[in-house]
Amino acid sequence: MATAVLALQGAFAEHEARLAELGEKSFELRDASDLLRPFDRLVLPGGESTVQGKLLRELGMLCPIRERICDGMPVLGTCAGLILLARRLEALDDKHVPRLETLDVTVERNSYGRQLGSFHATEEVSGVGADVPMTFIRAPKITHTGKGVDILARVGSSPVAVRQGAQLGVAFHPELDDDLRMHRLFLSL
Amino acid sequence: MTTGEKNVPTPGPERAKLNRELAQMLKGGVIMDVTTPEQARVAEEAGACAVMALERIPADIRAAGGVSRMSDPAMIFGIQQAVSIPVMAKCRIGHFAEAQVLQTIDIDYIDESEVLSPADDVFHIDKTQFAVPFVCGARDLGEALRRIAEGASMIRTKGEPGTGDVVQAVSHMRLINAQIRHVASLRADELFEEAKRLQVPVELVREVHDGGRLPVVNFAAGGIATPADAALMMQLGAEGVFVGSGIFKSGNPAKRARAIVGAVTNYDDPEKVAALSKNLGEAMVGINKDEIELLMAERGK
Repeated sequence: MATAVLALQGAFAEHEARLAELGEKSFELRDASDLLRPFDRLVLPGGESTVQGKLLRELGMLCPIRERICDGMPVLGTCAGLILLARRLEALDDKHVPRLETLDVTVERNSYGRQLGSFHATEEVSGVGADVPMTFIRAPKITHTGKGVDILARVGSSPVAVRQGAQLGVAFHPELDDDLRMHRLFLSL
Repeated sequence: MTTGEKNVPTPGPERAKLNRELAQMLKGGVIMDVTTPEQARVAEEAGACAVMALERIPADIRAAGGVSRMSDPAMIFGIQQAVSIPVMAKCRIGHFAEAQVLQTIDIDYIDESEVLSPADDVFHIDKTQFAVPFVCGARDLGEALRRIAEGASMIRTKGEPGTGDVVQAVSHMRLINAQIRHVASLRADELFEEAKRLQVPVELVREVHDGGRLPVVNFAAGGIATPADAALMMQLGAEGVFVGSGIFKSGNPAKRARAIVGAVTNYDDPEKVAALSKNLGEAMVGINKDEIELLMAERGK
């Protein structure tokens, strides 16, 4: 089997490169017809969540993907991908953008501000190890986690990596760094 | 030359990396020129991955003539308030004080742009002195690498802005990619001479040689007016597109914007592009590059 990478917009090629380095086969989802190909896990890359959400709906991919995730298929959402997974957005955010809403967290978009607020950090990730490089680009913050959501890592007081069942949501971009541990964790789910 | 503003981070390799990484997040997307908060909302609603805030779109700049400058910061602020996607703005080539102003108002990306009247006919901005990212236009590999050496963290083809004629963007994209293929085919000991020929630092030539691509993200810009134009540029190797006059100079901007976004995602699916191209209303009329007197692409080499 293979990992499908949502390739509507954003940094999907970087995820494909990291997966290839781990010997995992992957292919791109650009249209509903791509969902017919066999895959047993899914990556939702960084990019603009508003763009990706609208295209998911327009292309008729939103409901089929949501069903697969609800059925327990492992999914990794990074940054915009986390926003697509989040069940709730903070009040100030646009509620009209279609999202998957499968992960029981609340997210605030662009929570560190604009590009001048982007930053690098290194933190420990539970079950992954110490000194995991974390790149935050106009990143969201997880402001609330529901029951059954494990917090794997924090930067300051904010959770930046969470897991609920086979759903892994991270506010940073493991696909931009050489460190493969976050992808290894995803492939172990 | 830094602004010394309290909230502006220190420029340097760390910032440069973050700035190239923001461009990576824009890939596969459409960046749209907007002149009002209403247009910005239409663009965001249609699926733009960023907007370029400017007072007049290139077609109107061309029509009005005269000197074209950085937009009013209050107008840019209005657009920043209207949308949640990244907001870019243009400064004149070499006008580092305009760039300082744009950095101070927390812009997400500065386009040091040949669309505006150049402020300096020799020097581009030393972009390494800024924390905020810059995108610059290029017609060939030498220009692209010179801009990157100056600190640009994203490149776009120059095309010929405001014409609705894609021919220049096509030739710039083809030329850059042909030159990249040439550099990749060279022996390592031939790179010094190639750097001399291109008038760029040898380290950047080596990066192109080893990676087989530009060290930063490369978008297409200039004259893109239809979904098929966007698909053409993506198939030629663009990693995303800028659409300037093509949207808000057309009959049905919202529909055309959505169609171009869809065509960039499924650029190699002609059936999809055909469906997206139907009933878009009138495209911008456009002017042929041979009919115009001012070639903006000639500005800033």
